[in-house]
Amino acid sequence: MNIKEVKSQFPIFSKKINGKPLVYLDNANSSQKPLSVINRLNEFYKNEFSNIGRSIHSLAVNATNKFDETRIGVKSFINAKYKEEIIFTKNATEAINLIATTFGAQNIKNGDEIIITELEHHSNYVPWHFLRQNKKAVIKFAPINEDGDIEINELKKLITPNTKIIAVTHLSNVTGTIVPIKEIVEIAHKKNIPVLVDGCQSAPHIKVDVQDLDCDFFAFSAHKLYGPTGVGILYAKKKWLEQLPPFIGGGAMISEVKKDNIIYAPIPEKYEAGTMPTAEVITFNESIKFIKSIGMDNLISHEKEVTNYALEKLKIINSVKIIGNPKNKAGVISFTVKGVHPHDIATILDEDGVAIRAGHHCCQIFHEKMNLVATARASIGVYNTKEDIDMLCKAIENCNKIFDKK
Amino acid sequence: MNLKQLYQDIILEHGKSPRNLGKCEGYNCEAKGYNPLCGDKVHVYLKLDTEKKIQGLTFEGEGCAISLASASIMTELVKGKSFDETNEIKNSFLDMIKNTSKIQSNHLDEDEKTKLMSLSGVKQFPMRVKCATLSWHTMFLAMEGKKKQVNTEEID
Repeated sequence: MNIKEVKSQFPIFSKKINGKPLVYLDNANSSQKPLSVINRLNEFYKNEFSNIGRSIHSLAVNATNKFDETRIGVKSFINAKYKEEIIFTKNATEAINLIATTFGAQNIKNGDEIIITELEHHSNYVPWHFLRQNKKAVIKFAPINEDGDIEINELKKLITPNTKIIAVTHLSNVTGTIVPIKEIVEIAHKKNIPVLVDGCQSAPHIKVDVQDLDCDFFAFSAHKLYGPTGVGILYAKKKWLEQLPPFIGGGAMISEVKKDNIIYAPIPEKYEAGTMPTAEVITFNESIKFIKSIGMDNLISHEKEVTNYALEKLKIINSVKIIGNPKNKAGVISFTVKGVHPHDIATILDEDGVAIRAGHHCCQIFHEKMNLVATARASIGVYNTKEDIDMLCKAIENCNKIFDKK
Repeated sequence: MNLKQLYQDIILEHGKSPRNLGKCEGYNCEAKGYNPLCGDKVHVYLKLDTEKKIQGLTFEGEGCAISLASASIMTELVKGKSFDETNEIKNSFLDMIKNTSKIQSNHLDEDEKTKLMSLSGVKQFPMRVKCATLSWHTMFLAMEGKKKQVNTEEID
């Protein structure tokens, strides 16, 4: 893969930030967009705009077909069995809420147990907390060790006859831990427990094959995948989507409405009520095409090379401590710098055009467990280069210079 | 934007060695402040006399250089001041951070104003304003005694 050619597809990198070239290392938060994606959105609004679904005019037919093409694109991207198993939502958070709500309504009762892990983003905890509040469910946390790996044996021990679902991240947005989902699914399925996977960080950076993982639910977002905001994706096995109750009610999700009865639409429409982010969903297909044009294997090996380079370089800086050392790690690197608070790091780095994130990254449980108030996080995307990492390290040295004075 | 204006020596020095840390003896008011966005925490302890004059002021907390320095400088400047004087200084400080970059207070001398103005660089960094204001809001909450906890999402 020609990194220069890839980077040149992203117009934002021709802009200067604080007078410096942009070094964007906040990809675990969200990714930048290639020109093809930006143009597609513009093009759709300029020349093709229509709502999808019921109308018969040509624009509507075209938009409906294009919307469906994205669904097919996503199906192939994560290797789902049926395109009806792909549901579009507002974001990945809504996708997880959709399952927590509908699965909870049907299957969770007083005292039932939900297993999540100490690695989870708040979006894979709070929706389950609602069930704890509303249905008196119990949430159990599978522990992580110091390396940031989930203790699978401990997770196993948490399973009881009352365990109704396991919800777990595929790739940690703090430590970069790649979680052995297949192993967890096998353990869970032996006891007939379904598994929800938060794939927000994994879908853009490692290969996802939902049939191979055999997970029941898989949620991710378009904006982290070089696509537009406003689109989340829920994959769910067909049997679940057919069995679970609807989530949001309204137009498009019904097939027959009478005064005394309503019949819902078949899947996927059953879960896509109201006007969808039509333009964004259609645009998202360009993001998938962009990834395909690079090739997932090339993307993975490039990001691995940059990640390994970053880990090496950061380890050389004495004041830097990298958080976690998982067995299998992707390009998310959280760290602290001795004597400099992560917020100060982020401000100083920003002056050098280096965009990172500072704080708890929506993972307070993790930070508490690790006895950390906050960390700085550099997360790598397809367009990052070794030069970006050099800039990051130079900017960190600058933090030390500023703070060592006193 | 200018990092040198933000991280002036006096800020770095107070950030590294904050003054008046801990619980002051005989404190009779306290409040906690929290910035949920970044996890910064401050706990302010106040000893007010019967006329609501500040006899003692200390804090405990975790946070960035800006938030620690702001809290530290605050404890130095408002000690001995009355409720109304403290209120005037607080408002002048907030005005400096958000609008004017200047301190207009009748209750601080020139050296004290200069010290407080070392935080004026924060104005150029909107994402950091809450770091600087958290301890001030929290102190005032303790003084008013109406509420025991404040978070930056409710006030700024």
